[in-house]
Amino acid sequence: MQSPTPRTVVDFLKYGEDGSLYLEGHRCRDCGAVYFGRRSTCSKCFSRSRMDAVAAPPRGHLYAYTIVHRSFPGVETPFIHAVVDVEGGGALRGTLLGVPPDPDDIEMGMPISITFEDAGQTDREGNRYMTYFFRPA
Amino acid sequence: MTDVYIIGTDMIRFGRFPDRSVPDIGAEAALLALDDAGLSIGDIQALYCGNLLEANAAVGQRILHLIGQTGIPVVNCANACATGATAFRLGWMDIKSGLHDLVLCVGAEKMGKGLIGSDRKPDGISTEGLLGSNTMPTIFSTLGMEHTRKWGTTLEQFARVSVKNHHHSTLNPKAMYQTETPLEDVLSSEMISYPNTKLMCSVNVDGSAAAVLASEKKVRELGLMGRAVKVRASVMTSDPYTEHDLVLPDFSTCTRLAARQAYEMAGIGPDEVDLVELHDCFATAEILHYENLFLCEEGEAGELIDRMDTYLGGRIPVNVSGGLLSKGHPLGATGIANIYEVTTHLRGEAGRRQVEGARIGLTHVVGLGNACAIHVLEKTD
Repeated sequence: MQSPTPRTVVDFLKYGEDGSLYLEGHRCRDCGAVYFGRRSTCSKCFSRSRMDAVAAPPRGHLYAYTIVHRSFPGVETPFIHAVVDVEGGGALRGTLLGVPPDPDDIEMGMPISITFEDAGQTDREGNRYMTYFFRPA
Repeated sequence: MTDVYIIGTDMIRFGRFPDRSVPDIGAEAALLALDDAGLSIGDIQALYCGNLLEANAAVGQRILHLIGQTGIPVVNCANACATGATAFRLGWMDIKSGLHDLVLCVGAEKMGKGLIGSDRKPDGISTEGLLGSNTMPTIFSTLGMEHTRKWGTTLEQFARVSVKNHHHSTLNPKAMYQTETPLEDVLSSEMISYPNTKLMCSVNVDGSAAAVLASEKKVRELGLMGRAVKVRASVMTSDPYTEHDLVLPDFSTCTRLAARQAYEMAGIGPDEVDLVELHDCFATAEILHYENLFLCEEGEAGELIDRMDTYLGGRIPVNVSGGLLSKGHPLGATGIANIYEVTTHLRGEAGRRQVEGARIGLTHVVGLGNACAIHVLEKTD
């Protein structure tokens, strides 16, 4: 059965009470490390059950990237694989859009907006999915 | 505790063997290593077998089904690209503990062609291209770009690693490829994931390697001191917490941790190492590991390759076997093949690629997950 609203591509991309999407991080109350994805223990300081769910701001800076020219069969290339430091802590990897896939056009440290968009794919049951992308801020 | 020695080791020439099974190629390496030590499988007290892609298939026991069912304990292990080194280290731990005096370690793997892994999922949608990429080249290319960000390392510097290792492989009859590969060829081959071109990615091949380990008492009993090689350090680490590790696997921190421990265990400094076989799964990786293994100062890896310091005949020869880039990378065999290479140099039996006067060598592998294994080996008199 198809779900009425699109699903999300990862469990930490969530719908808020107003129906808008946000990225849910978990911040350790003891050491401040931020993680994306559910967890109860901090792998940095080993504190248990002191992880607070936080809404991460949808912006950050480009930490590192590569331009993927060869991927698995059927995947369109080239695309930019990027690692982004999220404002307030934590890091995400994802696809950087809105910049030509050329090292001369991509600047390390550039400010990034994290946008929430339709993934453009459906699963076997026909469900639509929302995902996040990186775009130059 | 006893010292541990390698008394026999060998590998098959890496290649593609569509008509042979993993136990079959593993058995060949096992017999070669036993012959090298002058022993029979009947002398061996335990077998440690490394294989990744058939990890649930009792490869070690099936090797014994082919070469001698003696009833000895067999442990099969899988630890990503550190699988072979893990099997070797299990053998080292066994002898070190005093449990046995003679054990056999085998690594064997058969690889498919193309990219490792896949993005097929039983439900949901494919995230490849949507949330970046899950391929191996992506990870090591991004790590290369992280180095570029910090130190300005250039595409040409990364590419020179591949030129060097392909050059070295022309001197190694057991390497998959044995062809000179000039810089223009490396740079003009298909771009896989910037900055790694196809010739900057390790070769997926089938292969096997084996080593016989012995206690000091047994080495003396067999009269093998002199040709035996002493294991001065055996160290493994996993990935400690670092800021980006969970989204960009950090092979540097676990390697540095292992390297510090290994140098301390061996009681030597990096400047006392005569040759290194390190995990050049991609050309970018070798550049990172020059610094991670303290072969040069931080940020100087690009200059190290520019100065040809890591060539055979240079200040610190690295991957004179041809490395994973040209000798090939059969995942479970790689860690033991590196030990075969260094042992061969310490015995002065490496022929045209011999590192002259080599007394101490270091092997290094990393596996995604992460695992790092380092061994320091020393010539005996």
